[in-house]
Amino acid sequence: MVTKALNPSPSKRVSTWTLMKRNKIYYSMIAPFMLIFITFTVIPVLMSFVLSFTSFDMLQPPKFIGLSNYINLFLNDDVFLIALKNTLILAIITGPISYLMAFVFAWLINELPPKIRWLLVLIFYAPSISGSAYLLWLLIFSSDMYGILNATLMNLSIINTPILWLESPKYALTILIIVQLWLSLGVSFLAFIAGLQTVDRTLFEAGAIDGIKNRWQELWYITLPQMKSQLMFGAVMQITNALGIGMVSISLLGFPSVEYSGHTIVTHLLDFGSTNSTRLEMGYASAIATILFVLMLGANLLVQKLIRRVGT
Amino acid sequence: MAQSTKKSLTPSSVADIRQAELQYFKETQKKKTKRYKKVRLSRSLWGDVILLLFLLAFGAFSAYPLLFTITNSLKGLDEIFVFPPRLFPRNITFDNFVDLFNLIGNTQIPISRYFVNTLTITLFGTAGHVLFASLAAYPLAKRRFPGRHLINQLVVYSLMFSAAVTAIPSYMIISWFGLIDTQAAIIIPAFGFTLGLFLMRQFMNVIPDELLEASKIDGANEYQTFFLVVMPLVKPAWLTLIILLFQQLWGTDGGNYIFTENLKPLSYALRQIVAGGVARTGTAAAVTVIMLVVPIGVFIFNQTKMLDTMAHSGLK
Repeated sequence: MVTKALNPSPSKRVSTWTLMKRNKIYYSMIAPFMLIFITFTVIPVLMSFVLSFTSFDMLQPPKFIGLSNYINLFLNDDVFLIALKNTLILAIITGPISYLMAFVFAWLINELPPKIRWLLVLIFYAPSISGSAYLLWLLIFSSDMYGILNATLMNLSIINTPILWLESPKYALTILIIVQLWLSLGVSFLAFIAGLQTVDRTLFEAGAIDGIKNRWQELWYITLPQMKSQLMFGAVMQITNALGIGMVSISLLGFPSVEYSGHTIVTHLLDFGSTNSTRLEMGYASAIATILFVLMLGANLLVQKLIRRVGT
Repeated sequence: MAQSTKKSLTPSSVADIRQAELQYFKETQKKKTKRYKKVRLSRSLWGDVILLLFLLAFGAFSAYPLLFTITNSLKGLDEIFVFPPRLFPRNITFDNFVDLFNLIGNTQIPISRYFVNTLTITLFGTAGHVLFASLAAYPLAKRRFPGRHLINQLVVYSLMFSAAVTAIPSYMIISWFGLIDTQAAIIIPAFGFTLGLFLMRQFMNVIPDELLEASKIDGANEYQTFFLVVMPLVKPAWLTLIILLFQQLWGTDGGNYIFTENLKPLSYALRQIVAGGVARTGTAAAVTVIMLVVPIGVFIFNQTKMLDTMAHSGLK
């Protein structure tokens, strides 16, 4: 009765319902995926939001404490501010650079003969596909004289004693940036290559006749506008990755890293929210997760707006 | 498509559809190759050289660590510690790989156990994901029903944040289901990987509606259409999904979900071996190579198909 009162046009309701019944086979097809998607993505996001207003240690039921978690994060938690700063620095550097890299390399590779193109795509894409193989950077930045970087630098007489790459706070962010960039030619890179292949080449001839002088003009006026949708997809991938740096930091710099030099929002979240942690505070961790969520979604929506303007 | 108006789904009509598909794809393929023909306008030699050098420099940066690991795994211990380090070994040996399998004596669990665990997680996770994601992608791409737009929208938004955001509640949910310390804790959430659904949906968008109509006229229900017409057509897309899921699952180390040593995946063992210090450098390289070979191998054979899929990846 209440629903009827709320809904002034019952006929439309009925028709939606019959439409749904008529299409029930489609619901049965999407059901398995949606069930898992809702359980492990939609509900967690909502739960995270709700729990962020509570104090919750998984043993006792959550207790509502209002905005305390957020206030504590920004006013009383110095480590969070370090994590936020590091995350933003890493994202602002690796995000745009990795995005440009993915595009520029895709664009350069696209002009090469197919065999060479195939090989270069493989080489560039290999790091991001190889799972936890980034651990091999541990060997490169290893702190003794057998570490590849130390050995090379010593051999060239640039340094005399091994540098403690992974243990010195001042190198932490640089190392993370290098490794992250090494890992960053992922799905978006492939999307760009594929997008470039579908660009209509006859337009280039037309462009040349119309007075396009060099490859840069060609890129801006012809190529980019044609692959706007891939550019947007790539941006989503790169932004999400750039703001989500965490596992690489834990694996290379330790957890927690020396003086929190490689601490990011993700590692801070794990500090409070992982069951291995001594300070299990799910409410607090949820507040961190919610901030990360807002940051990622906000950055993505903003950049989407910007990219829509490309070529105009 | 004139013959395909028969009322039942006979083998011959399926063959007709296949024929039509083949024809369609051959034609589009022809168009593509024509389009790709090199047109080199607006180019300067100077620019070519600079850009090529740039490309080579980054290629080296990208390949060097992997190459070094591969060659390291083929070096004897004496050569690994040669100062300065050499890229290519003088004597190639497979000792490191042999040692790896001999580590059985030192740990309670043989390395093959970890390997089997990773394989189980990867295979089940990937298979389930490809099936569920394609099954869901088909109606989302080609059919209209209430809620479709909302779901598509949700899927796009879900690409915009990483798994870290949902880690804590996911952990709770998994523990409510009693899946902690089982491999299902990693396999089942992997089914719902939205990037896979997104790419699959984008790829299915371009399937011509006439093909689906023809199958309907032949009397196929939606499931038959899906398995007999749609799935064979989107082979490049499922290969892409396989590669992406491989990438996700092959490197998993069990994280917070798996405590029993027996159930832990290879990546965890790799971490332990690398942590074992300098003396294990060679074996660590060998494990890394094993970890690398499979996903890269899969990609080597499917690069073209993956690029086919990615061509439709665009966000509107």
